[in-house]
Amino acid sequence: MNTIREIPTDIITDTVKGLFLTASSELGEDVLSVIRKAAQSEDTELGKYALEKILENAKVAKDDSLPLCQDTGLAVVFVEVGQDVHVTGGDFNEAVQEGVRRAYTDGFLRKSVCDPITRANTGDNTPAVIHTEIVLGNTIRFIAMPKGGGSENMSSSVMLLPSSGLEGIRKHIIDMVRTAGPNPCPPIIVGVGIGGSIEKSALLAKRALSRRVGEPNLLDTRLSELEREALVEINNLGIGPQGYGGKTTALAVHVEMMPCHIASLPVTVNIQCHVARHKEAVI
Amino acid sequence: MKNPIKIHTPVTRDICEELRTGDRVLLSGSIITGRDTAHKRLCKLIAEGSDLPVKLDGETIFYAAPTPPGPGRIIGSIGPTTSYRMDEYAPVLMRSGLIGMIGKGKRSAEVRAAIMKYKTVYFGAMGGIAALMSGCVKKADIIAYEDLGPESIMRLEIEDFPLIVINDTRGGDLYEDAVGCHGMVP
Repeated sequence: MNTIREIPTDIITDTVKGLFLTASSELGEDVLSVIRKAAQSEDTELGKYALEKILENAKVAKDDSLPLCQDTGLAVVFVEVGQDVHVTGGDFNEAVQEGVRRAYTDGFLRKSVCDPITRANTGDNTPAVIHTEIVLGNTIRFIAMPKGGGSENMSSSVMLLPSSGLEGIRKHIIDMVRTAGPNPCPPIIVGVGIGGSIEKSALLAKRALSRRVGEPNLLDTRLSELEREALVEINNLGIGPQGYGGKTTALAVHVEMMPCHIASLPVTVNIQCHVARHKEAVI
Repeated sequence: MKNPIKIHTPVTRDICEELRTGDRVLLSGSIITGRDTAHKRLCKLIAEGSDLPVKLDGETIFYAAPTPPGPGRIIGSIGPTTSYRMDEYAPVLMRSGLIGMIGKGKRSAEVRAAIMKYKTVYFGAMGGIAALMSGCVKKADIIAYEDLGPESIMRLEIEDFPLIVINDTRGGDLYEDAVGCHGMVP
C-alpha cells in the first residue's frame, strides 16, 4: 500500500497553468514528426505548401512564444487522481480552474468561452471541462488539451444499429470526415469512441485524441486494424491539407472501445485539427 | 506552382473577375475583421435600415478573432474561423457592398451564387498558422462592438497576407476541384 501523500492546491494550479501555456505555443514532437513525414510524401503542390507552412508556424510559435492558433480552445483537462493523494489547501476543482484562468489571462491566450444563449464571454476562458478519474497510487496525472471549436463542430455522437458491426462503424467514420471536408483544418486526427453509453462514447473519443499521434491501440488488434484501414480510406478521399487537395487528409485515427448495452452501439467521432495540443504532467 | 498574385486593397469587382479558383494571393492594405455575433448585428441594422458602424462598400472582411497582443506586439496570433457560420449573413453584406471575404471551409450554394452575382471573392486563409500570420499584421484597431471582446470588429493593416482563391466569380470551388482531382472513390 502507498503512503498517503499531501499535494497542496497551489501546486495543482501552477501545474495546470504551465501545461496550458506550453500546449498553446509548442506543438508536440509526435505531431511534428508525422507532419514532417507527410510533407515529404504529399504529391500536390498546394498540399505540400500547406504542410510546410504548418511546420514553419510551429517554429515561429515556439521561438516567439506565440499561440500556434488563434483558437486557443476550450480547456479540457483529464485528471487521474491517485487514491492515496490528500489534496490540501482548498478545493481541487477550483485549483484546476484557477490554473486555466491564469494561463489564459497571464499568457495572452484567447478567451473563447461564452454563455451558450447570450454568447456573453465569461472573460477568463473558464469553466474548463474537467474529467477526473480515481486510480491507484499517490500521484496526480494531468493531461491538458486546449480544444479548438472548428474541429469540435465537425464531431458528433450517434447510436448505430448493433447489426452495423465494424463495417458500419468504419463507414460512419469515413462519412463524417468526407462531410467535414476542409472545415476542421485538415490534416486532422480522428478520435473515435465505441460503446459504453452515449456520454461515455464521447469521453472515449476525446480520450483517444490525447494519445500520442499515430500510436496504435495496443489493447485490441481489431481496433488497431480499424485505425489503419480507416486512415488509408480517409487519405484516399482527396481532401488533402486544408482541403486544397492531396493524400494527407488525416494524420491518424485513434479508436477506444468498451462494452455497451445489447440494444445499442454508441459511436462518437471527435475530430481534432492538425494543431493537436496535448501536454501532460505527473505531480 | 505559379507565383502568388499581389493585390492591394480595395479589392475591386474588376480584380475579382480576373481571379480564379486556386490562385495564390498576397493581400496588402486595409481589411476588417468580424465573425458570428458581429455579422448578426450588422444584418439586423441593415434590415432596419439603420447606419452601420463600418461602411461595407468595397470592403474585405476576415472571419477572425485574434489572441490578445502580448507586451510590445501589434496583435496576437490571428487566423480564420470556419466560414459556414457566416453563410446566412454573407449575401446580405455583399448586397450592401462587401467585396472580399476571408475565411476557411466550404460555403453554401447561396453564398456561391451571391459571389457570382455581385462579382466578389472568397479567399481561404490557412487554419492553424496563426503565429505566422500575425507577422503580416502591421496595425490593428478595434472599430466597433468592443463588448464582444475577441469578436469585436477590428481594422487591420496587412502586408502580404497569404491567401488562396476558393470561390471565384465563375462558380469555381477549390474544395470540389480537390476532391474531384485527387479523390480515389472506390
